[in-house]
Amino acid sequence: MSVLAVPAVSDAAAPIARRSPLAKIAAALLPGLALLASIDPVAPAVVLASTLFCVPLCGVTWRALARRAWPLALAVVTLSLGNAVFTGRKGGETLLEFGPLLLTTESLGAGAAAGLRVAAIALPGVLAILTIDPVDLADALAQRLRVPARFAYGALAGLRLAPLLAADWQTLGRARRARGLAAGANPVRGVRLFAGKVFALLVGAMRRATRLAAAMEARGFDSGQARTAAREQRFDGGDAALVAASAVVTVAAVGLSVFTGAWNPLLS
Amino acid sequence: MVGPEVRAPRVRPTGHEGWARLAWPVAPRAPIEVRGWGWRYAGRRAWACRGVDFRIEPGERVLLVGPSGGGKSTLLHGIAGLLDPEAAAEVEGEIIVGGRPAGSDRSLVGMLFQDPESALMMARAGDDVAFGLENAGVPTAEIWPRVDAALDLVGFPYSGDRSTAALSGGEQQRLALAGTVVRGPSLLILDEPTANLDPLGTTTVLEAVDRVLAGAGSTLLMVEHHVQAALPLIERVAVLEPGGGIIDDGSPDAVFGRRGADLAKAGVWVPAPWGPSPPTPRRGPGSGPAVLDGRGLSARYAAGAAPALEDADITLHRGEAVAVTGPNGSGKSTLALLLAGLLAPSSGAATLRADPSRPLHRWRARELCRRIGVVFQDPEHQFLTSRVDAELMIAPRQAGVPAETAERRRDELLQRLGLDRLSAANPFTLSGGEKRRLSVATALTTTPDVVVLDEPTFGQDARTWAELVELCADLRDGGSALLVVTHDERFVDAIADRRVIADEGRLS
Repeated sequence: MSVLAVPAVSDAAAPIARRSPLAKIAAALLPGLALLASIDPVAPAVVLASTLFCVPLCGVTWRALARRAWPLALAVVTLSLGNAVFTGRKGGETLLEFGPLLLTTESLGAGAAAGLRVAAIALPGVLAILTIDPVDLADALAQRLRVPARFAYGALAGLRLAPLLAADWQTLGRARRARGLAAGANPVRGVRLFAGKVFALLVGAMRRATRLAAAMEARGFDSGQARTAAREQRFDGGDAALVAASAVVTVAAVGLSVFTGAWNPLLS
Repeated sequence: MVGPEVRAPRVRPTGHEGWARLAWPVAPRAPIEVRGWGWRYAGRRAWACRGVDFRIEPGERVLLVGPSGGGKSTLLHGIAGLLDPEAAAEVEGEIIVGGRPAGSDRSLVGMLFQDPESALMMARAGDDVAFGLENAGVPTAEIWPRVDAALDLVGFPYSGDRSTAALSGGEQQRLALAGTVVRGPSLLILDEPTANLDPLGTTTVLEAVDRVLAGAGSTLLMVEHHVQAALPLIERVAVLEPGGGIIDDGSPDAVFGRRGADLAKAGVWVPAPWGPSPPTPRRGPGSGPAVLDGRGLSARYAAGAAPALEDADITLHRGEAVAVTGPNGSGKSTLALLLAGLLAPSSGAATLRADPSRPLHRWRARELCRRIGVVFQDPEHQFLTSRVDAELMIAPRQAGVPAETAERRRDELLQRLGLDRLSAANPFTLSGGEKRRLSVATALTTTPDVVVLDEPTFGQDARTWAELVELCADLRDGGSALLVVTHDERFVDAIADRRVIADEGRLS
């Protein structure tokens, strides 16, 4: 929880950071959808390079990004290596042969392409999530997409309880230890203990949620009156430009891939 | 429960210009009429409230008192229109607010709850106050000036950008108050608003309520543990008898004069001139041999965060009760966790004299529970089974205590803590006081050398409080070492042999 408690965006006025959450989501989804259609190294390389170029514009420092995106980096590396080892394409020069393990220039290339593709699909999404404030998202959903307030702000209020649940979880563990209960090396006992903690956490979460719902009703959330918006969420020219830029990158990536002959559609 | 030590709110100078009318419209004044009202929750045999008849005129300030578990909170929720009809097995009578059934107009009534942590909706303070205005359809341009004025009115010390997670309990409650009064209700309902707060939080919240009432001229209906501290706010006291409706009603002088003794016996904290005097302090037999040492204890909860506790040294002795006091966030509870072996220190160690080479946080749980008993602030965090008597067998079984000894100890504890008739009940269905007593009992099943208690008297009624004093004193006199983390000055006065003050992570 401690990593999530520190905001990732250090400059909220950065060109992309201050855009509408809806524009960020659309801009992150567009290239991903196109990349899903093909397995090739060129289009992902263009998208990934453009995304990396956008990192400073998102107001996210490289350090902050590294702190949060390392699991993704790890997954990409593992996936690349796995693909390089298990791919059927073993042409080119042999680099390493050890029993059944065979690495060639072609198999390494295939592995790198697979890793590149996953990174290029995921990184825009990671940037979008890091730069979207949940409150802005709820506002944008309610105001621009007419999502019912009950859903948008109900979910938002629930999100506020997440750190409290994390604290409860720790306390539940300590209370068990104080009563002589700990998993130790016994997996059966571990599972039972875990199940008990989950149950207790859910009971506590239900109570909190009930109290929160009462507090929201007391402030007229259920009054059925038309709500006004304290924070206006616009979708202006800058937001449209962000989506358009994303579309341009997507088209350029696919175009370059087709032009170089690398385009390799999945459904053909 | 901090009791009468809490400083009473400053009484507002009459006619002072500083407390002018609120900067926003207030809903029309509305009388409350409760007629033959009763409510029985689904799945319960007893009525939470029954036969309640009374009327509150606009502008009156009423304190509702009665034994805990007597339906006070249910009645308040009923008047605020927050009871879910589907949660009721039976309903009788009616509650009329401003001529219409309760709950039909949300703008008339504002309500403040016991736990401010789960009464805030938004991540930023200003957004939280604005929430109720958005719901009321207030035009955007009017929202922020009103939010700022409301934050100012309750004495909120930060700007509206402040994260609601980075507030003390008292600040959270004042923020919730701002979010409530900014809607301009003509009736303010407070359900034990200071029960979860330290003495400073209690004072600041009640002062803020006083300012709000002066500004809005609202009707006040409140339930408040700290009766003494609430007295300057109210002019009328109504006594709610469990299942018996309102049995007395009048000025504080008259009601407490007539019923002070009865109410005190039922566990109500009756204020000074009418209530019983505090118990004669019980001092220990003189401290015995040292049993537990904490040396150079430091702890921080996140890398880079300020330490919750820094370089703390403390020794606990047999037959001695040590109280740890200090404001919220001073490191008191962290100290308790470290000494109980439930948290690994970032430096330093807590050790038992009997085994000084192994720090307590490395002990296996089943060994630890034999030597140290812990009572947590929220009893429910401690319950692991669906029967009261089964709760008392867990630690002994883990610690390898012979079954016969454990059963004898269990029966003894059930009897001693007045839980013997509830031995087959589900711990989660007990009353607040019973839950507290059971959680204390669970810590004593292995007759530990050291007992660590975190806020044991929090939110307890006067009767449970007196029992806890007796129990802790008996434990101490029996040779246990006691460490009590508490805000409760009366409790400290009643049993502590020594006091340690925590302030910003330092002990003195």
